[in-house]
Amino acid sequence: MKGPLFVAIILGAGLTGSAIAQDADTATLEKGRYLAAASDCAACHSVHGKPEYSGGVSFSLPMGKIYSTNITPDPEHGIGHYTEAQFSRAVREGIRRDGSTLYPAMPFPSYARMTDSDIHALFVYFRKGVPAASVPTPDNEIKWPLSMRWPLAVWRWVFAPTLHTAISRTAGEFTDPQLARGAYLVEGPAHCGACHSPRAITMQEKALTADSGSLYLSGGGVVDGWTPPSLRQENRTGLGRWREEDIVAFLKTGRAETGSVFGSMTSAVLHGTQKLKDEDLRSIAHYLKSLQAADQSQTPWTYDSTITDQLHKADLSLRGARVYIDRCAACHRTDGKGYPAVFPPLAGNPVVMQTDPVSLVHIVQAGATLPSMTAAPSSFTMPAFNHKLTDQQIADVVTFIRHAWGNNASAVSAEDVKQFSKSMPPSDMPDDTPALN
Amino acid sequence: MVKHVDAIIVGAGWAGSIMAKELTEAGLSVVMLERGSERTTPVEGAYPESIDELRGAIRKRLFQNLSQSTVTIRNTIDQTALPYRQLAAFLPGEGVGGAGLHWSGVHFRVAPEDLRLRSAVIERYGEKFIPEGMNLQDYGVSYEELEPFFDKAEKVFGTSGEAYRVQGKIVGNGNVFSSDRSDNFPLPAMKDTFSASVFRDAAKNAGYHPYSLPAANASRQYTNTYGCQMGPCNFCGYCSGYDCYLYSKASPNVNILPVLRQEPRFSLIPNAHVLRVDLDSTKTKATGITYLDTKTRKEHSLSADLIILGAFQFNNVHLMLVSGIGKPYDPVSNTGTVGRNFVYQTITSSRVWLPPSTYTNQFVGAGGAGVAIDDFNSMNFDHGPLGFVGGSPVWVNQAGVKPIAAALGAGGGGTPRWGSAYKDSLVNTYKHSLGIDAHGSNMAYRDVYLDLDPTWKDAYGQPLLRMTFTWKDNDIRMNQYVVSKIEPIARAMGATKMNLVHLNAGQPFDTRTYQTTHLGGGAIMGDNPQTSALNRYLQSWDVSNVFVIGSNAFPQGMGYNPTGMVAALAYWAAHHIRTTYLKSPGPLVKA
Repeated sequence: MKGPLFVAIILGAGLTGSAIAQDADTATLEKGRYLAAASDCAACHSVHGKPEYSGGVSFSLPMGKIYSTNITPDPEHGIGHYTEAQFSRAVREGIRRDGSTLYPAMPFPSYARMTDSDIHALFVYFRKGVPAASVPTPDNEIKWPLSMRWPLAVWRWVFAPTLHTAISRTAGEFTDPQLARGAYLVEGPAHCGACHSPRAITMQEKALTADSGSLYLSGGGVVDGWTPPSLRQENRTGLGRWREEDIVAFLKTGRAETGSVFGSMTSAVLHGTQKLKDEDLRSIAHYLKSLQAADQSQTPWTYDSTITDQLHKADLSLRGARVYIDRCAACHRTDGKGYPAVFPPLAGNPVVMQTDPVSLVHIVQAGATLPSMTAAPSSFTMPAFNHKLTDQQIADVVTFIRHAWGNNASAVSAEDVKQFSKSMPPSDMPDDTPALN
Repeated sequence: MVKHVDAIIVGAGWAGSIMAKELTEAGLSVVMLERGSERTTPVEGAYPESIDELRGAIRKRLFQNLSQSTVTIRNTIDQTALPYRQLAAFLPGEGVGGAGLHWSGVHFRVAPEDLRLRSAVIERYGEKFIPEGMNLQDYGVSYEELEPFFDKAEKVFGTSGEAYRVQGKIVGNGNVFSSDRSDNFPLPAMKDTFSASVFRDAAKNAGYHPYSLPAANASRQYTNTYGCQMGPCNFCGYCSGYDCYLYSKASPNVNILPVLRQEPRFSLIPNAHVLRVDLDSTKTKATGITYLDTKTRKEHSLSADLIILGAFQFNNVHLMLVSGIGKPYDPVSNTGTVGRNFVYQTITSSRVWLPPSTYTNQFVGAGGAGVAIDDFNSMNFDHGPLGFVGGSPVWVNQAGVKPIAAALGAGGGGTPRWGSAYKDSLVNTYKHSLGIDAHGSNMAYRDVYLDLDPTWKDAYGQPLLRMTFTWKDNDIRMNQYVVSKIEPIARAMGATKMNLVHLNAGQPFDTRTYQTTHLGGGAIMGDNPQTSALNRYLQSWDVSNVFVIGSNAFPQGMGYNPTGMVAALAYWAAHHIRTTYLKSPGPLVKA
């Protein structure tokens, strides 16, 4: 008769008297697992080859390097001693169990929007659905006095929303339940704005929600060598010409007729959005389509066949045309239309027309692999050209595609390319080994 | 402790990958072993490295490493065989994807009468028509039985083609000799190259029945039944011998492995050279396999309930012989089955030059695209007065001539091999010529077979497989007859010059020039355990938990390219394993 009692004691010890329901049911746990994917916790807290969620992902900040923490239930190195209230404070308010403030690399200003019930599910998942891993978090490499955390608390007081503000927003003014759900996911757990919204000099996102201004999701600063584009309705540089089904396909499979995922977003689709239910993806798409263009000045893009006609006549007089024919046209075609959902189009592609060409130059330099996704198992690779093309050739071909087929973005110089090569991301995906075919 | 899995598959080519997909779908845990290295299109197939001709077709990047294992070859039973040390006449693949990675993509079904050729010949011409010493046999399976599996394979491969008859209704301009289909091709036919269109017109005017070759080169972007994607072919000409950087040519790597790699019940072990299938003491049940890790040179054993041999044709036969599965064939007594009915194809390639005003541009091409006529294939014409069995499709299949190949191929046959005349001829050939192939059948003969070489061993200490093969009068006369039909077509095409190539009487098989990699037989399927190693479900008559999938099952070499037939046979065998064998393991046909 000792068995059940013994188990109860062990369980009790493991839960440290928290408010967690001892018989957390599978549904709650699965909801938590889903929310962990929707929140893309793995992107920052999992390192390939180490136990899931055991932390150790490094973030290079101007003042030094910081590391993400172990968020498995390990009592020594993880969050095994956190109560649900403490967990909730860390996730939504950026306050650790010891009272100090988290670096805002943790997107707690977005997570502040998450409901108590979702936080509960997430807590149950991280306590019961994730195996404890005794992996210590590396020490942050920031020297005193910048290593002091109290300025972070000031930052938090000034820039992070209060729980009250954020939660009331969750209750929200959307009458359309699909829009409300989309807003909740995008502004909350999915924390899209962490990358896709511009930040002020003091690093806070200039807008955290759709109703706080048109800068929200209007495109962010460079992250790991990639410039996150606008997710608003700009015709040329935003999602103005993406249909809802394109956005759903993109988030579910990493590939749509309008473009394929690359750069830092690849990991977000691989670990996060591809696991979301179609109805949630549709809500996200519906919500994104509701965001008016921040830049209202863009003339609508229309296809222009002038360059196509020249290439078909073997007229390669334009700078970059020959490189394009030799290196790019096999997949992206002379008409720039690519092969939708297999090889992305360059004609009309918002990334090609981004004001900041760094992403475009980097993908030419470093290449990109679209990994195998559950709903789209094929993996496709764009090779790296940094050893095959000179800075001038890359500048020429990038300028060529930014001007062709109705695209109208600025030219790129060899000097720019040289500059960008210093921040060129690694050719291999940093966080994962994609399943290849 | 030897690791146990439900099924082991030897070879990661088409046969192995199809079987792995089917068996994991049935809930089995599957380990697939591949002798060569891992190969993935996004890594090894990336543009432009993948189309480096020197690394590719010239230095044989995707082909078998003959320094480790090869075959020995002799023409006749009284000769001493010598090892095949340089790849030439045929090019077996190695590495994940196998020959399915470097194939060209011609994706045929089967001419129905080829499946029952012995019966068909006897019905039409009598038993005496069959020459002495020819082991002419039926497959033991009909086109109607295989049709659903041809259809299934085409939808996995993303095959481009034009049907003739679907569900009894004539639907298009396809091959009039082809049999009824349950459905159309998943993709429209590849466009004709200029050379193919000239042949199409000339053949039609001559009263023949030209059709677009069925090609597993995607004419459009395609998502197959497994969700795997293909990009459309751009006729770059780098199919045969290469991994397609456009993901346009079907391969196990592009069309099946992406889903298998996501499957938790599936694992793939590359660099695993299978030494033998382990049998129990009764030699009627396989217990597992033993393989050598070619990187560490350590032996490992795995145990399994079901063993699938899906290696290249002669490797399957070799594994059966070294493992003691079935009775080795003895040509003297004409008994035993393993090694029997070793066959090839009878292929000759002729060249035709058009006037300088017309450009064939030989750099353009796609491995599976082209125009063919079947008027001299299979039983489609009267063999009675001709006195031979078999036939050949004739086609213009402009697959793309690569620069080094063009340079190596120019000259000779009356033109200089160097200097300005050589260069003129090279340019003229590259711009204005086209190839026409007679892609013929090859019959099986009592003294043409496979066995273990008594002398030569591979790098792992096992005896090499010995091929005893030469051309026989029946096939030489068939080839000569079909090539004679090419000449008038070529004239009608406006040929200014032609170099018609056919076999000559008494000509022995020559290993030094490429002919085809379409080897067949050696472990054939059939109705009779005395004359076939496998039953009609490709199950070993002798060891019932071993299935042997591949062109080794063909009793005769047919005029068509074999991959489509291999794929259909794999799905056919898998279907019967899933629906019958797994419920009650044992022989599916009583011996």
